Amino acid sequence: MARDYSNVIGKIDAIAAKVYDDLQKAEIPALQLSTRTKANIRFDDDLSVWKYGKGKTERSANSLDGAYMLLRTMYLVDFIKDMIKEKKSSTLRETYYISEGWNLAKFSTQNESDLLAEDLEVITGCMREDFKLRPEEDGARVIGNLVVEEMTRNNTKKKIHCQDDVGDAGYGIPYNVEKEKLTFKEADADFIVAIETGGMFDRLVENGFDTDFRAILVHLKGQPARSTRRFIKRLNEEKKLPVLVFTDCDPWSFRIYGSVAYGAIKTAHISEYLATPAAQYLGVTPSDIENYKLPTDKLTTEDIAALKSELEDPRFQDQFWKQEIKLQLSMGKKSEQQALAKYGLDYVTDTYLPEKIAEMGVSKK
Amino acid sequence: MANGNAIAYDLAKKQKEISVAEFFERNKHILGFGNPTRALVTSVKEGVDNSLDACEEAGILPELYVEVKNPSEEECVVIIEDNGPGIIKQQIPNVFARLLYGSRFHAVRQSRGQQGIGISAVVLYGQLTTGKHAKIISKIQDDRPAVVTELAIDTNKNRGEVVHQEIMHLDKPSGTRVEVSIIADYKRGKRFVYDYLQSTSIVNPHARIVFKDAEKNEHVFERTADTLPKKSEEIKPHPYGVELGTLIKMAKDTKSRKLASFLKSEFSSMGDRTADAVCDEAKLDRNLSPMELSRDQFAALHQAFKKVKIMAPPTECLSPIGETLIRRSLKSETQEVSPEFIFTASRPPAVHSGNPFQVEVGIVYGGSLPKDKPVKLLRFANRIPLLYQQGDCAITTAIESIDWRRYGLDQPSGNGIPIGPAIFLTHVASTQIPYTSESKEAIADVEEIQNEIKLAFRECARKVQLHINKKVRRVKTREKFDLITKILPEIAKKSAHMLNKPIPPLDKVITRIMDVVWIEDVVEYERARGKPVQAKLEDPTAQNEGGWIAKSTIMVVNYKNKPQKFNLYAVFPKDAVVGTVSPKPTKVTDTYLRWDLDNIPPINKIDIKFELAGLNKGDFDENDLYVQNINPTYVIGADKWEGE
Repeated sequence: MARDYSNVIGKIDAIAAKVYDDLQKAEIPALQLSTRTKANIRFDDDLSVWKYGKGKTERSANSLDGAYMLLRTMYLVDFIKDMIKEKKSSTLRETYYISEGWNLAKFSTQNESDLLAEDLEVITGCMREDFKLRPEEDGARVIGNLVVEEMTRNNTKKKIHCQDDVGDAGYGIPYNVEKEKLTFKEADADFIVAIETGGMFDRLVENGFDTDFRAILVHLKGQPARSTRRFIKRLNEEKKLPVLVFTDCDPWSFRIYGSVAYGAIKTAHISEYLATPAAQYLGVTPSDIENYKLPTDKLTTEDIAALKSELEDPRFQDQFWKQEIKLQLSMGKKSEQQALAKYGLDYVTDTYLPEKIAEMGVSKK
Repeated sequence: MANGNAIAYDLAKKQKEISVAEFFERNKHILGFGNPTRALVTSVKEGVDNSLDACEEAGILPELYVEVKNPSEEECVVIIEDNGPGIIKQQIPNVFARLLYGSRFHAVRQSRGQQGIGISAVVLYGQLTTGKHAKIISKIQDDRPAVVTELAIDTNKNRGEVVHQEIMHLDKPSGTRVEVSIIADYKRGKRFVYDYLQSTSIVNPHARIVFKDAEKNEHVFERTADTLPKKSEEIKPHPYGVELGTLIKMAKDTKSRKLASFLKSEFSSMGDRTADAVCDEAKLDRNLSPMELSRDQFAALHQAFKKVKIMAPPTECLSPIGETLIRRSLKSETQEVSPEFIFTASRPPAVHSGNPFQVEVGIVYGGSLPKDKPVKLLRFANRIPLLYQQGDCAITTAIESIDWRRYGLDQPSGNGIPIGPAIFLTHVASTQIPYTSESKEAIADVEEIQNEIKLAFRECARKVQLHINKKVRRVKTREKFDLITKILPEIAKKSAHMLNKPIPPLDKVITRIMDVVWIEDVVEYERARGKPVQAKLEDPTAQNEGGWIAKSTIMVVNYKNKPQKFNLYAVFPKDAVVGTVSPKPTKVTDTYLRWDLDNIPPINKIDIKFELAGLNKGDFDENDLYVQNINPTYVIGADKWEGE
């Protein structure tokens, strides 16, 4: 069934019209959008996630950078319009390469084109999928007693059991996890564990943690892709499964948790699609470093700066995070989740996780 | 009493005239021969100073050849040859082998040497350290042979002794060649010799100097000016600067029979009224014979000089280098570091203790000069480089006391020599440079001189500052220029295309974005062809064939949303002659052109062109533009006209 894109086209044309009208009124053309910084995110009580506040940024042709940005925006929306017309889509990376032909509007890095695509989302309130733009990176892997039904490229539905129908690498989350593409059929599990590193994911799989503890294991692959976050959110809401986030113990890992649970600063305009407010942080916490006497590394100056920045981050203002971050700053140390192997390969599944899960009151076993 | 006499007789036996050799031995450090490194530089310096003075006095463009040989580890042979007028045979022993002999000792004028010790000290040093005789070759006329003289100094009598004399052929119309063997440290001294000659060449752009080192490498310091500096004129001493002893001596030597006429004829700035005022102040009859004044009367006269207001001495006697030539020399000598800019400033003449003096400075900035080292100071007094005792020099003290941080250079704690990629040149010209010692290496801390140096550097630094500000503003506005000429039309085209509408007009948006009057200029040089250009530098009659013409193009665009009407000034160096100008200027002076520009409508442009002759390529790199009758903050590329 072909999607109706007229709404998207209307919003895109409104951007061009704004610039055109400014020029006709002899005003310096400009576009306004929410400021995408830490200082401009507010907690939305209705949605229980962090969204952009009232701060606005103007991209105006009064400065050279602003003018370039406007010109690129014109080219990008024209390109999106063409794709919609011709029923094509492109990856963000392809878009970056397409801009080679845009003369002055050419992007100098892919980061620029990615940011502009996000800007367009913020301006129009559309999602980048509406613009026929898709991410380069795929989602991550899943193992657990879960049956999903995916619409394959041949337009046939296929059921996949995420333990029986997959190898040890698990089920790969596609970049589109919306309902028309993916549905959850059965989920006989007690909770979801979202794991930062592949090494730890594989450890839990090898030790049979998913069957022993009735868990669905999701590999986050570092800072999780949009589809991974969306997948976790849907699973949490539709199957009422608690979500536990298991990462390294350093400021960057806390941010991974932040983007899963609260919404990321860069994508706060779509936090309600991506964030899982019920997600809980399992560890490794700075307290765990002390309690479990884990091997550590010294905090680098970047780590310290990141921790201090988190103390200012509105998302990390609760008692738990303030205490843990301050504790870590005073210790001056960080640790990895795989440091638990100090006590043997089974320690994490036999001792650490059961203890932590019991502490959090999640396991029904 | 008889006993007392006996002691005095005893003492008298030991009292004798000390020989020049002893005098030299005791004072060699203050004469610049304190160690073997210094001895090498001082020897070259004395020879070069002598040659330059001789050439200039004879009105010859100096062509110097300097060679240092190094036959054994501690011995050097210093050779200095010039194309000067030469020295007659009879005078050779006096000039080269007699200390305190010279034509300039008593004269009040700007010259390199003042003490009359110079070259004869080198000859004496050579004789004392190596035992070898100096060799002088001199030719005074094209059709006569050169005279070769081997010279020794009788150190007891302070007289030159001709050891051997013969004639030879010398392949130049006239000139002098000096060869002296000395004990010196070539390894350490070589770099200083090079530095000294390079510095000399900077402040003597009319001289060509070839230096051949002991390794037989030839370094050529090319001439950058083809005219001799204005001859410095001899003036009479000014009463403020004269010492009591000199006053007494002058009174004994004068031909005047009356005190008043003695004052008027022997001193500068003394007219009838001032001479009378001085006599009244000293309570002396103006008809007294100057020969018969008592010591007390002289003292009263000397006191009276200080109390009576006397006009400053005449300053035409000074021969500054001039901003254009300083700039040209600096440019030529700093070519390899390709500096970003060179600025100069010149102060009007001033006076210290009755001696006229004048300060000129130059700043070379940027290029490959080191950013993290103290600024290099080039100090000059009467066109002589000062190489040693930088810390004791008034030039250094003056520079250190300026807060350079205001001008964008590093200066920890706000005093001391600033740090940054720059060279600071200072030249002090005076009839009497107050050196800290006989070796003439540093200028004494005289308040008037220090102040002038400070003022000159402040003026120069302000120019630097303006240039930098202008550049920053220009870069910013140029970005906007790109914006309105390239990007904005594209935005308009693209948005019109998406909406299937006609492309909107942009003029008004452009004036909103720019909101300035934009002035941009270029200076190009072209070889003058056809009729020779009149050269104005120094000699107004000199025909400078195949010289350069500076072609300046100024574009004025009104990016304000209202028509603009204002006056534009283009300032150019004094040494230039204005050629074709279009449109016709409203006013032309010898330093600027003025146009009264009629209403320029928004987005309209005016092109202005003018030509300058009589300059060398690079003398004038960027236009110095000013505006009047318009808010200067509206204008990019020109500053507010502050009057002449």
